[in-house]
Amino acid sequence: MPQKNRLILKNLDNKDYNNTLSCYLEEGGYETLKKALSLKEKTTQDGKKLSPQQQLRDEVKASGLRGRGGAGFSTGLKWSFVNRASGKPIYLVCNCDESEPGTFKDRQIVHKDPHQLIEGMIISCFANDVHLAYIYIRGEFNEGAKILNRALDEARSRNLLGKNILDSGYDLEIYIHRGAGAYICGEETGALSSLEGYRPQPRLKPPYFPAALGLYMCPTIVNNVETLCAVKHVIEIGASQYAKLGIPSDPGTRIVGVSGQVRNPGYFEVEIGKITLGQIINDLAGGPRSGRHIKAIIPGGSSSKVLRADEKITLKTKNPDGTLSEKVVDVFDLPFDSDSIAAAGSMIGSGGIVVIDDTTSMVEVAANVSEFYVHESCGQCTPCREGTRWMNKILKRILAGNGRRDDVDELVRISQNIMNGRSLCAFGEAASWPIESYVLKFRDEFLALCASAEDSRKEIWGEAGINRFA
Amino acid sequence: MHETDSMVMEFSVPNTLESEIDELITHYPEKRSVTLMALHALQAHFGFVSDAGIEWIAQKLDQTPLAVLELVTFYPMFSREPLGKFHFRICRTLSCALNGSEKIYWALCEQLGLDKNVHKRQTTPDGRFTVEFVECLACCNKGPVLFLNEDFHENMTEESVSKLLTICNGDNSSERKGTGK
Ligand SMILES: Cc1cc2nc3c(=O)[nH]c(=O)nc-3n(C[C@H](O)[C@H](O)[C@H](O)COP(=O)(O)O)c2cc1C
Ligand code: SF4
Ligand code: FES
Repeated sequence: MPQKNRLILKNLDNKDYNNTLSCYLEEGGYETLKKALSLKEKTTQDGKKLSPQQQLRDEVKASGLRGRGGAGFSTGLKWSFVNRASGKPIYLVCNCDESEPGTFKDRQIVHKDPHQLIEGMIISCFANDVHLAYIYIRGEFNEGAKILNRALDEARSRNLLGKNILDSGYDLEIYIHRGAGAYICGEETGALSSLEGYRPQPRLKPPYFPAALGLYMCPTIVNNVETLCAVKHVIEIGASQYAKLGIPSDPGTRIVGVSGQVRNPGYFEVEIGKITLGQIINDLAGGPRSGRHIKAIIPGGSSSKVLRADEKITLKTKNPDGTLSEKVVDVFDLPFDSDSIAAAGSMIGSGGIVVIDDTTSMVEVAANVSEFYVHESCGQCTPCREGTRWMNKILKRILAGNGRRDDVDELVRISQNIMNGRSLCAFGEAASWPIESYVLKFRDEFLALCASAEDSRKEIWGEAGINRFA
Repeated sequence: MHETDSMVMEFSVPNTLESEIDELITHYPEKRSVTLMALHALQAHFGFVSDAGIEWIAQKLDQTPLAVLELVTFYPMFSREPLGKFHFRICRTLSCALNGSEKIYWALCEQLGLDKNVHKRQTTPDGRFTVEFVECLACCNKGPVLFLNEDFHENMTEESVSKLLTICNGDNSSERKGTGK
């Protein structure tokens, strides 16, 4: 299936395209920045003056763009929360931590089209009166950090960065800050702690909303790599044109990554809501390997709840007259957009789809995913630190053939005691949603393993054997 | 594993490295922010983060050594002990696991005489090889993936990892390759 309407990935996989500035300029690079910098103050009909910065922010808000980092929050709204009256500098941090398992889109942009990100960043910084910005890049992207540093140098040498950018009077510096292997640095306040030189422990919201008390306690914008690239395209084609792509509540295109047990894992830029989960998995990623069947789909990175391949989902759609109509669809016929995936009880998250086929045990999947969250919990709050370990211990015990029937409900109980705001940051949810969903949706698999283990112990030890390995 | 006083005396940071860190100081409004990048720079140069290195960074950035150590022990990428000349980091997370990363890890451990049931960082007694499992490296479409020092390898199989080992074994230079600088 041809991928239409590609914006962000338009050039980067073309044979004769490379990541240098000259190549980017040849493809019309930095023209949108020039356009943004040359905007003039505008007066509205009711006599209000709109600065160029305000016009850019209004444009992003009007586009309806939603963040691509995971939470899917409106970018324009986020920008409007920035405290511009504090008198303190405003910072922008590009979130290039990309550590959500199943996600590998920002890497493509950084490696193959770094200037697109830099242009998006400069426009976003200009729109928000930012003069110092950072790219928070995960430590393992050592190659990516080198590429970005070289690209930043190129941009500086052409006065696209630094003092008085392109004679506009606007100054901006962008620096790279490397993480060192901790997933929690992807959480926005964790990234800020890390940038300040502290342990990357997330901060309590309120009061530490980045828009008010962010980096060095100054107002700060944190946006994902792909979001900042999308900003460039919003400004380039205009909000109304951008909003024609995708669906009204979730406009534009986004890059989805498909990995796991499919024939052609890869990344694809799709128009949001105009393609189904099934089309992405079967047509773009080649579907299941020969002789296998898809059993489960993780739709938005490992933190999202799993979907069963045989699930039916009720979608509510609004009719032109305002009434609601309901439609029951197959998982594979679910449109890929925030609302539809949410209607299925999961989230579009970071756009990382992981496909699991019938050769894989869901208990194994649960143990693997749980191991990740044990390793990555920052340890600051008890439900998260202890709960993740507790679930992992039970899962390993079940896999070792020492489960008991009670373990199944115990896993659900523990996960539900971590989520719902019982922990300081959204990692708590990210760590417990998936495990809860595996158990609730594939209860039979968990129970079968536990029951047979319990019965065989009972045979040898009597009733007392049930808890022998508890 | 901590150095004696005489080793601390020998510790010296070359000028180029120091000026690299001086440059980094200009990137942030507060010196403390440089700690993480300084740790990367020192680990890349010395191969690990020593007590003396921690002291040096602390002094350079007007921090307590504890503030520096606190970061070293939090972030998985830092090592307090010398790493092997060949450092394998294999992704163990879901998409790679679904495509056989465990097999790659086992093959490596078996051929190097390391314990395949241990997932933490292990170094061979001769100090030449370090092997560890790490979390998702954001290349899930090419799994299983691994780092050999700073070089990234995709779509690994038991055969291709054995080939990598053969190349390592044939390399008798004493330099550690690809220090990430
Ligand atoms: C545990 C955790 C990990 C996260 N990891 C990332 C990440 O790797 N990259 C990212 O862009 N956002 C990540 N986020 C989301 C960020 O906190 C933040 O919402 C996002 O960077 C905002 O950018 P956006 O509005 O452009 O999406 C993570 C959130 C949580 C709770
Ligand atoms: S929820 Fe987990 S990761 Fe988040 S602050 Fe608490 S312990 Fe740390
Ligand atoms: S799961 Fe191995 S790179 Fe993502």
